Amino acid sequence: MIEVKNVSKSFNGQKVLFDINHVFEEGQVNLIIGQSGQGKSVLAKCIVGLYDPEEGEVLFDKRNFTNMDRWQRSAIRQEIGMLFQGAALFDSMTVEQNVMFPLQMFTNMTKAEIQNRADFCLERVNLAGRNKLLPSECSGGMQKRVGIARAIAMNPRYLFCDEPNSGLDPKTSIIIDKLIRDITQEYKITTVVITHDMNSVMEIGDHILFIHQGQKWWEGDRHSIINATNPDIESFVYASSFMKEIRTQLQKKAL
Amino acid sequence: MNFLKQFGQYILMLSVVFSRPDRWRFFWKHTLLEIEQIGINSLPIVALMSTFMGAVIALQTASSMESPLLPDYTVGFITQSSTILEFSPTIISLILAGKVGSNVASEIGTMRVTEQIDALEIMGVNSLNFLVLPKITAAFFFFPVLVIFSMALSMFGGWLALLVSDLTTTEIYIMGIRSFFNPFHITYALTKTLVFGFLIVSIASFYGYYVKGGSLDVGRASTQAVVSGSIAILIANFILTQLMLLS
Repeated sequence: MIEVKNVSKSFNGQKVLFDINHVFEEGQVNLIIGQSGQGKSVLAKCIVGLYDPEEGEVLFDKRNFTNMDRWQRSAIRQEIGMLFQGAALFDSMTVEQNVMFPLQMFTNMTKAEIQNRADFCLERVNLAGRNKLLPSECSGGMQKRVGIARAIAMNPRYLFCDEPNSGLDPKTSIIIDKLIRDITQEYKITTVVITHDMNSVMEIGDHILFIHQGQKWWEGDRHSIINATNPDIESFVYASSFMKEIRTQLQKKAL
Repeated sequence: MNFLKQFGQYILMLSVVFSRPDRWRFFWKHTLLEIEQIGINSLPIVALMSTFMGAVIALQTASSMESPLLPDYTVGFITQSSTILEFSPTIISLILAGKVGSNVASEIGTMRVTEQIDALEIMGVNSLNFLVLPKITAAFFFFPVLVIFSMALSMFGGWLALLVSDLTTTEIYIMGIRSFFNPFHITYALTKTLVFGFLIVSIASFYGYYVKGGSLDVGRASTQAVVSGSIAILIANFILTQLMLLS
């Protein structure tokens, strides 16, 4: 469980996050959604410590991450896996070396154990046998899956995914979404996904936080967001003609 | 004000760089890779520059030797002293500031804009120490090797040019090179090289690490790294000369 308490953040005197309070539940896929430029990524970066919030604190299972020094944070960070928007794979390393990297860096596992773990993680994301490819030789979807394999290599307690479906076709997006959901349920980890993709929201959104103008605007699940009456959420959810059509059909059925 | 802010940030960066590596095995492995990238890959340009510059120094000196009062071995002596004192440590370092500086700044800058540095930080890796310390160590170990190599090749280039132009004999040239040789000048040259190597790599790493934006900004950071590194070398050269040769 991750608790965010009264978190605020400014850049060059301009406030981008206002007093955010939220709890990200364990064993669930927690989504942070909202339009571009509303503060979703800033909130996520405040949670993982890439930005220091001006006010407020972040607690990882009651451990106050905000007040920790670099070394204490390092220990918590070894429990965090993160999938970046562009996958952020180390381009000088092969797929396998990318997955092995955190294990070599932070564990005392033997070479054979590390190899087995890397093979297992790659198999888990359906990339068995692709060990020796370089990131530049992988498609966007494959890079994301390698990113997930690297993120889960250390058996994390917390998984962060920053726009996991950006730049992917709908079919690959669904594969990535399912993978995130399955891993969350299988390992009972706290997963936080930043997205503005409504397909993902409907597919995996166990618990949803809607951010608007840097503030917590709404929270709920994927069923309740469909019926949310807040005009800002409504305009976000039904922004596409496809979703509008679904709403019309649902309303017709209800009548 | 901006300079002071950047200087403060640079000092803070160094304080994080010079901490104990998370894994020594990774550190030494990276240092060896950096020795190859920063040092061994620079050998061809250093060899080419040094041979031709040595040849030009010798020819220019020979062409200016009009007075019959000057002994013949002066050409060798001037080539030796200008090579050891200034050309090899300073000019070669300025060339390396261009080659190595832009390489380091763009490599680290690209890692920054593609979130690879964020990925390291999220894993709990001290990214500054992990990325920068092996580069500084490699420069510290290998720049003196490059400069000694450059000194030897410059004097060889001078000898070759004089021999081809039939301006002096091998014996007289070698006599000039050995005349008034002061071993302290080698200490002075290598001290300068160590300082210049540190400045080139640390300044380039600074500009690369703190780059914001995209590929255009990485290009700008790379240019800034070369310009600032070169200026830092010139200032350090002046200070070290004052301290080591005149005090």
